[in-house]
Amino acid sequence: MTGRCTPGQWVEVERVLLEPADRSENLPEDTAAQPLRMWVKGFARSEAALGDEVEVETMTGRVVLGTLTEVEPGYTHTFGKPAPELTRVGRDLRERVAAYRAREAVHKAGE
Amino acid sequence: MPGRTEEILARKGDIMKRALGMDYAAFERSPIAFDYEGMMAAHGYSLEDIIAIQRAGGVGKTPLLELRNMTDLVRSYAEPGHGARIFVKDEAANMAGSFKDRRASISIHVAREKGYEGVIAATSGNYGAAVASQAARASLACIIVQEAFDSRHVGQPEIIEKSRLCEAFGAEVVQLTVGPELFSHMLELLDETGYLAASLYSAFGVSGIETLGYELAQEMTALTGAPPTHVVVTHAGGGNTTGTARGLARAGATSTQVVSASVDLSGLHMASDTDFNRKSFTTGHTGFGVPFATWPDRADVPRNAARALRYMDRYLTVSQGEVFYVTEALAKLEGLERGPSGNTAMAAALSLARELPSKATVVVQETEYTGAGKHHWAQLNFARAQGIEVRAGDPAENVPGKNIIIPTSPEQVRAKDFPLAKMRRSYIRNALDHAGAGYTPTDEDLEFLAADTKTTPDVVEEIIAKLKAE
Repeated sequence: MTGRCTPGQWVEVERVLLEPADRSENLPEDTAAQPLRMWVKGFARSEAALGDEVEVETMTGRVVLGTLTEVEPGYTHTFGKPAPELTRVGRDLRERVAAYRAREAVHKAGE
Repeated sequence: MPGRTEEILARKGDIMKRALGMDYAAFERSPIAFDYEGMMAAHGYSLEDIIAIQRAGGVGKTPLLELRNMTDLVRSYAEPGHGARIFVKDEAANMAGSFKDRRASISIHVAREKGYEGVIAATSGNYGAAVASQAARASLACIIVQEAFDSRHVGQPEIIEKSRLCEAFGAEVVQLTVGPELFSHMLELLDETGYLAASLYSAFGVSGIETLGYELAQEMTALTGAPPTHVVVTHAGGGNTTGTARGLARAGATSTQVVSASVDLSGLHMASDTDFNRKSFTTGHTGFGVPFATWPDRADVPRNAARALRYMDRYLTVSQGEVFYVTEALAKLEGLERGPSGNTAMAAALSLARELPSKATVVVQETEYTGAGKHHWAQLNFARAQGIEVRAGDPAENVPGKNIIIPTSPEQVRAKDFPLAKMRRSYIRNALDHAGAGYTPTDEDLEFLAADTKTTPDVVEEIIAKLKAE
């Protein structure tokens, strides 16, 4: 990620939609204390550095003004490490099903 | 910008009337009652029309699979003669990976027929990807508005994955921090673009789900000689329960029990910035399931087509840990690696099948896709990073937002009954409150409330009398 975008580059911008004072009534305290923020991606309409105001043209063609937060934003979410609480589940349950079927087979043979 | 929210909310009626593609005022009957069936039929599409629209859109006709290994697992610890046969409708086989394709398909069809240039939906769930996918096929523009982050800009990996999928299908994704003002921002976008509001709760959306209940009843009859004795439905906003039950009825499966199931997230506040990332399930949970069942008209349409209490025979809750455990079991025993949220009903079904005689048949009516972010490992890693205690143990010790307890054996998967009587009373109280103090329900209102709670006018009158005495 570079710190600047050029016109036409795919970027992400952020805008504050509502300051805390303008937010809905009846919000929990923790939410009410925070601004309502918005992020959207689009093609930069001019050159800008991270933190600068810049207009973007979104996928639907809307023009949105916001603060440049990322140039060529991607995705980094993963599957992560295995959960130790789950690693034995498959083996244990297959053994249980096999044991049940063996019992049933004996039961049926004895009928 | 003070006043902007008030200004947009003041024009809400006009914006929504244009954006919804139908006039809801025609169905109002009184401060309580409205013509539900009239509203559901107003789009003019028969079930056959809807099936044809969905076929053209690549939606539906998903595989119905018998889960013989899961069934035998349950029978290995059920009382003799117990352990129902378990089946699943593999809705993950839809193009965007969930049953939500059915829900999106009719709205998108209507948008194209009526000449809208695009569609907008507010959702952090699979519905966004479904709308984006169907919109792409229909050559329509699409905006998905998501509640995606807490105030630290930290997002659930499950939601981030759904942002990605919507963008993969060419949608503009507007990501917001926590708060109900998402709705006023959606209004601004509808006003700015003139697009159709593809609400989850429109008659279009819920009619599209009827094909799911209809298909599974027919497929079960072909496979076992009869419709299922029980269908288990993951329940949040109520559309899944409503549409599936209506589809079952259309197929003549009137004796099938409709069992809704949600993940228990009691104690967590859905509008709280800090609670937002302390839950591992972003849908299919009681945080939506209870408020939407007890007051459906809180939705983004004047009258919600999803009215779960009309159709629910039983409501079961399961813990997050139980669902993760069953998600792992399903992959290892049946070769079906699917997303955890969609497996909420699967966890409840495992518990239900144990109570039922072995000749009973239980259909879990959906699955959803899984992948990076949505996967149960990703979810558990994220929960740990948020300070949630994850451990193996007895799921009865589960406290939502504090811990996630993974069962150590399948016997520990025990769904809990959420009392329907309490939900019905709460719904009737809400209906009376919204009608206003001093309003006396008419006979038509009592009939409506009876239908909306799957009871009788006598039961409704009894509940009203008790509420008045309180």
